[in-house]
Amino acid sequence: MVVSLRRLGPRTVALSYLLALLGAPVAMIFYRTFEHGLAPVWDAVTQPNAMHAFWLSVELVAIVVPLNTVFGIGIALLIERGRFRGRALLGLVLDLPFAISPVVVGLALVLVYGRTGWFGDWLTAHGIQVIFSIPGMVLATAFVSLPFVARETVPVLHELGTDAEQAASTLGASAWQTFRKVTLPAIRWGVVYGVVLTTARALGEFGAVSIVSGRLEGKTQTLPLYVQDRFENFDATGAYAAAVVLALLAFATLLTMNLLAKRTHRNTAV
Amino acid sequence: MAIEVHNVTKRFGVFTALDDVSVTVEDGALMALLGPSGSGKSTLLRIIAGLETPDTGNVAIAERDVTSAPARTRGVGFVFQHYAPFKHMTVYDNVAFGLTVRRTPKAEVSERVSELLGLVRLDGLAKRHPSQLSGGQLQRMALARALAPEPKVLLLDEPFGALDVQVRGELREWLRRLHEQIHVTTIFVTHDQEEAMDVAGQIVVMNGGRIEQAGSPRELYEHPSNEFVMSFIGPVNRLGDALLRPHDIQIKAHPDIAPGTVEALVRRVVHLGFEVRVELTLPDGRDVWAQVTRETAQELELAEGQILAARLPAPRVFA
Repeated sequence: MVVSLRRLGPRTVALSYLLALLGAPVAMIFYRTFEHGLAPVWDAVTQPNAMHAFWLSVELVAIVVPLNTVFGIGIALLIERGRFRGRALLGLVLDLPFAISPVVVGLALVLVYGRTGWFGDWLTAHGIQVIFSIPGMVLATAFVSLPFVARETVPVLHELGTDAEQAASTLGASAWQTFRKVTLPAIRWGVVYGVVLTTARALGEFGAVSIVSGRLEGKTQTLPLYVQDRFENFDATGAYAAAVVLALLAFATLLTMNLLAKRTHRNTAV
Repeated sequence: MAIEVHNVTKRFGVFTALDDVSVTVEDGALMALLGPSGSGKSTLLRIIAGLETPDTGNVAIAERDVTSAPARTRGVGFVFQHYAPFKHMTVYDNVAFGLTVRRTPKAEVSERVSELLGLVRLDGLAKRHPSQLSGGQLQRMALARALAPEPKVLLLDEPFGALDVQVRGELREWLRRLHEQIHVTTIFVTHDQEEAMDVAGQIVVMNGGRIEQAGSPRELYEHPSNEFVMSFIGPVNRLGDALLRPHDIQIKAHPDIAPGTVEALVRRVVHLGFEVRVELTLPDGRDVWAQVTRETAQELELAEGQILAARLPAPRVFA
């Protein structure tokens, strides 16, 4: 009995912590959303503004995730395989988006790309609007979700070492062939995990996007902004329903990656 | 000449890995780069392969200066110490790699791969993944992979270092026979003098980033040009500045003291199968050991505390 209680102790603490922090609030959202059945929820999420917010969030993810995947892998390669001074500095700079508050990121973007910002005149002259429109939101989302792919890939690259890549080069492979056939397959799980985190972050980003978007209803309102907007306007059903959609999108991302991971593991028969 | 290295120097920070090294390797040779760790042998091999660039000096392969050519254009097959398998590929795809990156037609690839898998005795394992192979099998897969694009030279970095003793012996024998079969100019790096003597036709002894001596195993053993080579190749007794080989010490039963022999006290007798190691103390208190055959040991009825007559060879003293 004493033994089992002792074992139970840390487990209970850990599970309670998880439940209080994650389980209960998420369950509550789901409960409150479906409290009055499916019909009001369906009405709430099929509102034109809700639909627009949903598709805008998806669009941002579709632009930002591929961008940050490519750049993340590139930066990881520079940090792990590059031979230049200041590699350590690059690693430090890469962590800035983690360290800086998203609100500050938003304000900084306005200062640079806003109408009165550094590039404001040039951008206006060329008819490009960055702030209060999609380009600014892409920039903000890309900035805050930049480090994930690189941060997940760097340790995998380090662990991989350079032997296999050097073997490929002695066998006649070009740099690109080596990357595509040897390096990329070896680091793919690091990259995939980074992509999952990037997607989650891009979907949920609030602070930076809130500032650069101007929160124009039906125009530059993403799903998180829409949730906030509904909540402030005492539309609990709308807020909860949109929040559930957001949560489901996140679950779907995690699930897809999990399934992918399982399938590939079976194929490579480790 | 298959490989010519001229006056190559390579530094890593303040450490000089290679100090003005020159080597030539004849076509079809099987050469060992032998030396203790840190002697520069692996660095030299990597410079020949193009995996490192020399600070000064140049490298030619098959009469072509490749000093600044990238590894992939040099036509070298390289086998890494830990084999560097492509873990996500099958054995087949590993071996085929050097051909598929050159866009060789599929039928040709398949023919060449099965031929090579036969050569390295891995037929039937083509669909396995590297994680399902033993160390010796991985080694042979790495060799087949390196040979697939028909390299002009084959370079092996400590090829047997990571294997257990028995497998190592078999692979040595097998590598020697393979070389007789395919005759590709081969250099391998090793820190094991016995391995070098057993496999190679030519040995280059390296130490501290320099070449101490190059020659056939027999030349090196019989005419070492300095103390380092003599003590690195084969066992030695050290008597002050002088070195002598244990098997050159003759022992006879006492009191058969003839001119030129000295009394020797047997401290310990170690039976190592056919050879017996006899540890002796000389009248002046110095310790040496002699290597004798089992028969000699039996004839003399060697035992601890016994007094023998020992004939020491003319010791070699290197300036």
